[in-house]
Amino acid sequence: MPDPDRRTVLSADGITLSYDRADIVTGLSVEIPDGSFTVIVGPNACGKSTLLRGLSRLLTPSAGRIVLDGREITSYPAKEVARRLGLLPQTAIAPEGITVADLVARGRYPHQNLLRQWSGADEQAVREALDATGTTGLAPRLVDELSGGQRQRVWVAMVLAQQTGLLLLDEPTTYLDIAHQVELMELFRTLNREGRTIVAVLHDLNHAARYASHIIAMRDGRILAEGPPGEVVTADRVEEVFGLPNVVIPDPVTGGPLVVPLGAPTRREAQR
Amino acid sequence: MMRVDVGYPRHVVRIGSATLPLRRRSLVVGALLLAAIVVLAVVSLGLGTYSLTPGQVVRALAGQGGALDRTVVLEWRLPRTLAAVLLGAVLAVAGALFQTVTRNPLASPDVLGLANGAFTGMLLAVVAGAASWSLLTVGAVAGGVVAAAAIWLLAHRNGISGFRLIIVGIGVSALLSSVNTWLLLQMELETAMFASAWGAGSLNGVGAAAVRGAALCSLPLLAALAVLVPRLRQLDLGDDVAAASGARPEAVRRTALIVAVALVSIATAVIGPVAFVALAAPQIARRLARTPYLSLGLSALTGAALLLVSDVIAQHVLPVALPVGVVTVSVGGVYLVMMIVREIRRRA
Repeated sequence: MPDPDRRTVLSADGITLSYDRADIVTGLSVEIPDGSFTVIVGPNACGKSTLLRGLSRLLTPSAGRIVLDGREITSYPAKEVARRLGLLPQTAIAPEGITVADLVARGRYPHQNLLRQWSGADEQAVREALDATGTTGLAPRLVDELSGGQRQRVWVAMVLAQQTGLLLLDEPTTYLDIAHQVELMELFRTLNREGRTIVAVLHDLNHAARYASHIIAMRDGRILAEGPPGEVVTADRVEEVFGLPNVVIPDPVTGGPLVVPLGAPTRREAQR
Repeated sequence: MMRVDVGYPRHVVRIGSATLPLRRRSLVVGALLLAAIVVLAVVSLGLGTYSLTPGQVVRALAGQGGALDRTVVLEWRLPRTLAAVLLGAVLAVAGALFQTVTRNPLASPDVLGLANGAFTGMLLAVVAGAASWSLLTVGAVAGGVVAAAAIWLLAHRNGISGFRLIIVGIGVSALLSSVNTWLLLQMELETAMFASAWGAGSLNGVGAAAVRGAALCSLPLLAALAVLVPRLRQLDLGDDVAAASGARPEAVRRTALIVAVALVSIATAVIGPVAFVALAAPQIARRLARTPYLSLGLSALTGAALLLVSDVIAQHVLPVALPVGVVTVSVGGVYLVMMIVREIRRRA
């Protein structure tokens, strides 16, 4: 479990992030509210995944800085960052023939060293991570044999085994059917309520509106709006961000905002 | 406390406060490979024009038995057998590193052009008039390292990607191969034949000093790899997961490739570019132990056994004594075809 006394804070201060010398994000500042379930939304190629990579130190800003727990993130040793901040990227590869328990155990890497490659704390963290994601029964199975939804829960378990107060998730529900998407979103909400700060990049606006406590809406590498779903998810705002004419009605289940598109617009935004 | 079921039998080895989880199957496979190496070594030490029984070999190794037995075993044959074991292991570990870092089972010094580069270096040394064994070795090692550096620079773009490394390697390899053919055509027949035999890789004429030198260079490198192994396991999960868990993928990859090139250079210096051990041994080890990764330790044992058995076949089983490289290519070729056929069946 993350230490409740330790305030985990993550923020970006005027950062510029680029690939191949092309700036994707320029001079962006953002603060992740402590204990929040923050969701980053925006059209394709708006820089939302890039921002997540910057926040998790996978991409070094060419200007500005990322601050983690009051210190610049680059001032920490790599393993120390990994003990505070866990990331589930889209590019995770499950080695052929690996079992679920072994894969989850790889999340313990930042807590291990050359001499101590398996401890009681490792065992316990793996058990708790399997338990939290409902994958205890899958532990001895091969990851290759699992369904997409099960597999994604196993990857979440791996990141949980890292025992970080902060969880960053890059499109964790993409390619899953709707039932598995909802199941994962519920899991993230539970993890958030247990005290972890969660930052997720999502495509589905209605999932963002339903589960997030804080939404960051991006377009063209800039933040257009941020705040609680009720303030950010409005018809005007959604049209501004996605270029999609729509109406927002109250969600019949939660009472929160629900986006209903008004049919095909002429889409001018850059396709990926 | 209930143990998490990891899906296979496992032991957690404890020495003081140090702990290391080990798969039971890996331990069993490792023990069997070790036993096979010992048996093969004793057999190979006894084979030859002056043949000895295993009992005589063991007595000679223990410093007992007749003076001639000891001379034959310890002075004539032991360096060659030790070279096969040590350099088989060295090549296999290098292959496992290449394959792990590129995430591609085809990556090996042969495919990546290091072998052809070493051969080019050696041929250039011959053309330049080098006559001594040590000068040819210097040429070979330089050729391999220059080829590796060229491939590295050509494949480098925002870091090294495995696929690009292999494609560039195959290209450089093809280029060097034609240069080698041209160089061979420029030579006197006798020199060309000698050079070709060297180019196939051979354990003939390996002396005690060369083995000692190779051991002094390679054993510290092999031991230092223990530090790299946990990082390689994170790298298996993709660069992003590795980076996010605190292993630095670029640095890990760079270190692994440098160590692999160094190991290949050591082996090439002593026995020439012996093919296929580096390619096949890690994959054979993986299939034997059913690990979800290429175990460096098991690859080393498999490589040692593979080169030893190839040398016994090359020297004693076939009617003509062949360079060991010819046998490893044949053994490895059969293996590679089997692997590809299996892969095709699985996907069909």
